Amino acid sequence: MNIPTNLKYTKSDEWFDPATGAMGITDYAQSQLSDIVFVELLVEEGDTLEAGKPIASVESVKASAEIYAPAGGKVAAVNKGLADKPEAINSDPYGEAWMIQLEGAAEGDLMDSAAYEKYCAERTH
Amino acid sequence: MINAPEQTKVKIVEPTIFDLSSPGRTGVTMPASDVPETALPPEELLRPDLPLPELAEVDVVRHYMHLSSFNYSVDSGFYPLGSCTMKYNPKINEDTCRLPGFLYTHPLQPIETVQGNLALMYQLQEWLKEISGFAGVTLQPAAGAHGEFTGVLIMRAYHKSRGDHKRVKMLIPDSAHGTNPASSGMMGLQVVQIPSDSRGNVDLKALEAACDDTVVGMMLTNPNTLGLFDENIEKVIELVHNCGGLMYGDGANLNALLGIVRPGDLGFDVMHFNLHKTFSVPHGGGGPGSGPVGVAAHLVDFLPEPLVGIIEEGEDDMPPLYGFVKPAKTIGRMKAFHGHFGGGMVRAFTYIAMHGPDGLRDISQYAVLNANYLQARLRGTYKIPYDRICMHEFVAEGRFEGSDVRALDIAKRLMDYNFHPPTNYFPLIVHEALMIEPTETENKDTLDAFADALIKIAEEAKTNPEVVKSAPHTTKFGRMDEVKAARELVLCCWLPENYSDQ
Repeated sequence: MNIPTNLKYTKSDEWFDPATGAMGITDYAQSQLSDIVFVELLVEEGDTLEAGKPIASVESVKASAEIYAPAGGKVAAVNKGLADKPEAINSDPYGEAWMIQLEGAAEGDLMDSAAYEKYCAERTH
Repeated sequence: MINAPEQTKVKIVEPTIFDLSSPGRTGVTMPASDVPETALPPEELLRPDLPLPELAEVDVVRHYMHLSSFNYSVDSGFYPLGSCTMKYNPKINEDTCRLPGFLYTHPLQPIETVQGNLALMYQLQEWLKEISGFAGVTLQPAAGAHGEFTGVLIMRAYHKSRGDHKRVKMLIPDSAHGTNPASSGMMGLQVVQIPSDSRGNVDLKALEAACDDTVVGMMLTNPNTLGLFDENIEKVIELVHNCGGLMYGDGANLNALLGIVRPGDLGFDVMHFNLHKTFSVPHGGGGPGSGPVGVAAHLVDFLPEPLVGIIEEGEDDMPPLYGFVKPAKTIGRMKAFHGHFGGGMVRAFTYIAMHGPDGLRDISQYAVLNANYLQARLRGTYKIPYDRICMHEFVAEGRFEGSDVRALDIAKRLMDYNFHPPTNYFPLIVHEALMIEPTETENKDTLDAFADALIKIAEEAKTNPEVVKSAPHTTKFGRMDEVKAARELVLCCWLPENYSDQ
C-alpha cells in the first residue's frame, strides 16, 4: 500500500497535498474499488467549496463512489483530462490522477500518513 | 464431492445475425396478393441504407435456438443470486395467465365485460393487505423501484397535506439497495446515510442523531441486505415516528417473513412488494416486474388512482360489481393502465392461491432454513462477517488469507461447476461480498452440491489459484473483459458513423 508521508488523508480515503492544494483518492481507495471505468468531476474552476462536499463521482466494475473535498477553499484547477483516462486513478492515484487543486485551503479533520496507514490496516481485517 | 468438468478449449461461437445474412435470402414466400396494393410512404421516409439481415426462416429459428441454449436460467440450474429471490416459477402460473379470459382482454374494456379480471385484482389487493398488515394496496407500479418512487411520492404528499413543508431528508442505511437513494434522489430529497452497527443492525445512536423535523422518513429493508432481521426494529421505527417521519419498508426481502411477521404490524407506514421475487413471477431478463405498494390506514387516501373496488355489493348468489375507485387525496396515476396484469398479477394470484396461508408460511420457513444450512456448511471455509442466525440469505467474504483470489474469481469459477454465481460486491459494507440466497425451492442435494463446489473452490484458491483466476473454462465464452466493456461503451452493432447523413 502506497501512502506518501507528505500528504494528509480523510476517513473517506481522499488525499490532500497541503503544499500544492491538490487532492485525489488514495491507493487504498483505488485498490478497494478495483478497475475504475468512469469518473465525473462535479466542480468547476472558481467554485468555492466546503470540506466534505462531493467533488467527483467515480465508478468501478464493482461499485460507484462519491469523492469528497478534504478541505474547503476555492477550486484553482480541475484535472480535465481525467474523465477520458479513468484508469489513471488505478495506475497513478497520487500523480496523474489528481482531481482538483484548492486555493486558500482550510483543512478539515485530516490524518497524517501514519494514522491513515493504521486506519487502512484496521479495515482490511 | 464433485469435480470440476474437464477444461475444454473448444469454443462454439454463434455468429451475429448480421454475419449470417446473405443478400437476396428471404424469410417467407408470400402468396399472390388478394388485397389492393397501396403506395409506400413518401420517399424521404424510406431508409434504403438500413442493414436489415436477409435470412430464411429456418436460419433465424436456429440462430435464436442456439443462443437460447447458451442461457442459464432457474429452469436449468441453481440460481442463488442474493437479494433477487430467484425462486423456481411454478409452471401452473403459465397456464393460468394464458387462460383466454385473462389473455384476450383490453384495459379499456367496459368493466361489466372484465369482472373476472377485476375480481382477481381485488382479491390480490386483499391478500397482499392480509400478508403485509397494511390497510390499502395499489397494484399499479411496474417494478420494485417504481414502487419505491410511488411510496416516496405518497410520503411526501402526506407531509404536504399537513402543511409540513420543511421535510427534505430521507434516512437510508449503508446496507440499503441502491434503488432507495435513487428513488429519494429522483424526488429531490437529500439522502442521509445511516451506518450499521457491529451486529449488522441500524446504528441507533447515529439514527437518533439524524432524526429531526426535516426528515421525510426512513427507507429500510428488513431483513436487510446482510440477510439479518434488525434486532431493534421497534426502536428504529419509534425513533423515526417520534421525529414525525414515516417508515418505508423495501419489500425485496419479504420472502423471509411470509406468515411470520407483518411489516404493517411492526409499524411500517409504506412498503412495496416485488411480485417477481416473493410471489414467483418470472424475474430477470428485463421484466416485466410488478411492484405493488401497501400503506397503513393514515396513507390510504394518497394511493395512486384507480384502485379496484366494489361498486355494488353482491347479494346471495349475485357477486358484487367490481370497478375502479379514486382515493380522496390520490397522488395520481403511476402507470397508463392498471399495472402488469397477466404477467404479474395473475401469476402472483395463482401462487398465493396454490399455497394458502400455511403454504406461504412454509415458504419463508424453508427459505430461512436453506440459507442457514448453507451458511453453516460454509462457515469455517468462508469468513461470515456478520455471523448470526440469518434469514433467507447471508453474506460471506470471497477472499482468503495469503491468496489474491477474489470474490469475482470465485463467482466465475462457480460457472465451471454449473452454478449461477451469487451476487457479488454487494452489500458494499462487506469486503469481497458473496451474497447467497438459495430460496425455499432447493432440496438438500442441490444445497450440498453448491456448498461442495464452494469448498472445492476455496481449496483451489490455495492449491491452484490460476485456475480460479482465469475461470470460467467450460462456458461458451471465457472470462469477459468487464473493464473494457464498461470503459468503451459500444451499445450498437451498427456504429453511428455508418449512418449516411441524409
